[in-house]
Amino acid sequence: MLAPVKVAVCMKEVPAAAAPKRIDPGTKRLDRSVEGALNDFDTHALEEALRLKDSAAETEVVVVSMAPERASESLRKALAMGADRVVLVSDEAAAGSDLVATTAVLAAALERESPDLTLFGQQAGDADGAVLWAAIADRLRLPMISQAASLELQDGKVRSKRQTEFGYDVLEAPLPCVVAVSDAINDPRYPSLKGIMGAKKKPQDVVSLADLGVEPGRAGEAGSRTAVLALAEPPSRGDSRRIEDDGGSAATEILSYLTERKLL
Amino acid sequence: MEFELSPEQREIQTLTRELAEAEIVPNAAAWDREHRFPHELIEKLAELGLMGVCLPEDLGGAGADFLSYILVLEELSRADAGIGVTVAVHTSAAALPILKFGSDEQREELIPPLARGEHLGAFALTESSSGSDAASLQTRAELEGDGWRLTGRKQWITNSAHAGTILVFARSEPGISCFLVDRDWEGVTVTGEHRKLGLHSSSTTDLVLDGVPVPAERLLGEEGKGFRIAMATLDGGRIGIAAQAVGIAQAAFETARAYALERRQFGRPIADFGAIQAKLADMATEIDAARLLVYRAAWLRDRGEPHGEAGAKAKLFASAVARRTSGEAIQVLGGYGYTKEFPAERFYRDAKVTEIYEGTSEVQRLVIARSVLGLAERAVPTPA
Repeated sequence: MLAPVKVAVCMKEVPAAAAPKRIDPGTKRLDRSVEGALNDFDTHALEEALRLKDSAAETEVVVVSMAPERASESLRKALAMGADRVVLVSDEAAAGSDLVATTAVLAAALERESPDLTLFGQQAGDADGAVLWAAIADRLRLPMISQAASLELQDGKVRSKRQTEFGYDVLEAPLPCVVAVSDAINDPRYPSLKGIMGAKKKPQDVVSLADLGVEPGRAGEAGSRTAVLALAEPPSRGDSRRIEDDGGSAATEILSYLTERKLL
Repeated sequence: MEFELSPEQREIQTLTRELAEAEIVPNAAAWDREHRFPHELIEKLAELGLMGVCLPEDLGGAGADFLSYILVLEELSRADAGIGVTVAVHTSAAALPILKFGSDEQREELIPPLARGEHLGAFALTESSSGSDAASLQTRAELEGDGWRLTGRKQWITNSAHAGTILVFARSEPGISCFLVDRDWEGVTVTGEHRKLGLHSSSTTDLVLDGVPVPAERLLGEEGKGFRIAMATLDGGRIGIAAQAVGIAQAAFETARAYALERRQFGRPIADFGAIQAKLADMATEIDAARLLVYRAAWLRDRGEPHGEAGAKAKLFASAVARRTSGEAIQVLGGYGYTKEFPAERFYRDAKVTEIYEGTSEVQRLVIARSVLGLAERAVPTPA
């Protein structure tokens, strides 16, 4: 058994896979009134935390999130999977936060928890930024490992394989630190029925900016350093040709198309 | 009126759907083709608590309500109806009657391993000459010392090949009694896996009882009151089969819908044609109606209200919807639907039995008619 640690997992609610995705042209923000779900990438981070808990029972797993209060329904899945509690920062003044403002709020929430290890997924499935964890680590002045494809705790240190284009870097960092895991690190577990039934008894603390001592001017649009000026549809893919199959003719046609362009 | 599922019910539904899409859908065609009972999947269901959804927590179950269990059966059956019936028989025809009619000792001994899915439960009522006329069964229970000795042959017993605990109904004087038999007891033999039209991933065998000694403490309920246990069990069980039918119908509809949007004829998707649209509209409407009947029956049961008539209506309607929808799904797919390249023909084969087992549609009409006419709920069983 390993020595117990306190692990914070930062998780985001994103629109559910099946929900329609729409950007409000007025606010230029993603419409989040549709059905939400936990960001898939973050469930890999949670799974890694739960594995640490499986090998050291006293390990505490705290989920930290910033979202409107209704996200607590999605976050309950994290509790059903096995997290101990949720800290949800929910405040009108945090709406419209960009990366800078979001990290100001989340860093404050993490500072209050002061975990040994802070885990992130590699990116959020809605904005696909893949950079939040770096900014958080910077604000907290903590070492950071990204694209972690494995994670071990040993003698107050994290040892991890970082996935790169050509192989792996083996990295070590002292605790406390921040690790962003790749989605190849594990297969997240399903919540069990007992987990689902027990999740509502676990604490979900909803905290405000004031609770965290974050000035309203540092969050939301007021605290943002970037603004969305315009949004445009991606350019269309130009001329496309539709090949209808007639008794196997399509394969021949595709083949000659590719051969003509010397693509084969 | 409240049509919302509770957060837990929704989460249980989502969990089962995600599990089914990842672990069952990709394998269902192979299990069907190979007539294979997927032990490894049952273990996974057990691990997650899906073999004891509506069994109490203190007996090893998940402690969810009956409607949650119905949602689980619907989602499992949407992926593979054979898995649906395995879980349905295990839960509502074995564990639930022990919970309802068993002594404290029986509950504490027999329910936890069932709830944890360590072994399966089975229900042995049917015999070669007694189907709808269940009361004419011939298996004998003879008093011997403090207990009984069972002799007879049960037919089409789902799960019995993989079961730990089997509810066996036998004729004792002065009526029919129900016994809790361990599958590995001396004299219990499982014979002949039946080749069925559908539900190939579920196991259906006969059960031979050759002078099986049963201790007194394994009588379920009172001696001679077993027929009531059987009928009460089927009252709840048929809601589960109705949910299975809704799951099959939903799968067939989704297959037809996806195909209609993709398949082009005469230069456009066949979903543009009125004839196909009408089929999809009818399917969607009927599935909605069936689902509402099923959920209402489950809701009544959760409230502890009478649900015999509601359950019979749900099963009568949902099973017919499953047959019609799966048949129409083949029609939408045309020649492709008739081949094993698409799952439509499997849904069609799986659907038919929902009009037969846990009470045929003819018996459901009898139950409903007696209820709406205010006649005795069912005739007193006549000795054979």
